[in-house]
Amino acid sequence: MSDALHLALIALLLALAFWTVVARETFAAVAGFVSYGLLLTLAWVALSAVDVALTEAAIGAGLTGALLIGAASRLRKTEAAARTEWPGRATRVLAAIVASAVAAAIAACVLLLPDPAPTLAPEVAQNLASTGVGNPITAVLMSFRAMDTMLEAIVLLFGLIAIWSLASDRYWGGRPGLAPVYEPNGILAYLARVLPPIGIVVGIYILWVGADYPGGKFQGGTVLAAMWLLLMMSGLHDAPAVSRRWVRLVLIGGPAVFILVGVLGVFVANAFLAYPAGFAKPLIIVIEVALLPSLAVTLTLLLIGPPQRSESPP
Amino acid sequence: MRIAADIFTIVAILTGAFFFLAGTVGLLRFPDTLTRLHALTKADNLGLGLVVLGLLPQSNSVFAGLKMILVWLLVLLASATVSQLIARAARRDGPPS
Repeated sequence: MSDALHLALIALLLALAFWTVVARETFAAVAGFVSYGLLLTLAWVALSAVDVALTEAAIGAGLTGALLIGAASRLRKTEAAARTEWPGRATRVLAAIVASAVAAAIAACVLLLPDPAPTLAPEVAQNLASTGVGNPITAVLMSFRAMDTMLEAIVLLFGLIAIWSLASDRYWGGRPGLAPVYEPNGILAYLARVLPPIGIVVGIYILWVGADYPGGKFQGGTVLAAMWLLLMMSGLHDAPAVSRRWVRLVLIGGPAVFILVGVLGVFVANAFLAYPAGFAKPLIIVIEVALLPSLAVTLTLLLIGPPQRSESPP
Repeated sequence: MRIAADIFTIVAILTGAFFFLAGTVGLLRFPDTLTRLHALTKADNLGLGLVVLGLLPQSNSVFAGLKMILVWLLVLLASATVSQLIARAARRDGPPS
């Protein structure tokens, strides 16, 4: 990409970020945030970081955007009332100063990096062959820094438990979200019949190519989660009660397999999460395949919110 | 042959960009939700189709080309559905403003 395009992209990003911060309505700010995420995806592509771009599009703009839209629509009723009790000018100026200072500190850290920046990329490239995967990002995530990825998968579960704990006692363990409205001839029901077969193939494909090209379980899992959400939103399928045994099993299945493989490493390769020589790639594939359904179900349930109905349909 | 393919690419993508521009002008200038939707969905779908068509001669493999066509078809499906949903929400919420 030429310099002019880069500059235009940077200018757009800054303008959109500013607009998102000053937007008065929550919903407008969310719309700005989603567009900002999509533009950021372009920026990552321009930096040749396609893996990061995929994650930004799927999780940063898509999933976070959907979460924020849900939050904005819940806030809508009370937004006018909340505006009357805006903080005073002094508080706002102070908040702006603190926020600007944080941004300036981060900018200074990035600008003051030694040139060339310290990097582990040559070491990763050297040892890539020992993992058996072709995509260096996957090698880092699943082998060299597998611990981080494991904790990431587990922290999502904690997030889900936190959301569930917002349910009222009456609906504990019940079905999440509101009762779906099913319109057999609606356009949403039509899309929910046509799109999931394609989406499921695309989600699994993204997981599979992750071994050698940009992709992986998080991006694939987000696509699968989107398909399931579409089915729920269209009313073709109701959300399961979160106390169902299969829901719980799928949720912990991926992290459990990850921990099991890690413990196995203690006995056969002398370190937690170390893979025995020659078995790195098959074990990585086992973990990724086990994590895909767990992540898809975790992300879906994170989005749909705490249980709001009892187990049995009314 | 190479030059012919390149010229085709440039012409198709420029035409596609023109439709995107037209759709955006429509979004900014048209008076209400329904007409703005009309401008966006029609012009942008055609624009994206032309951009994909223009990129086809530049793709390395048949598989890559098929993937681009699939992306276009999925965008068509998604934008047609979303425009219907937005239009319905606009009609339900009262007269277009």
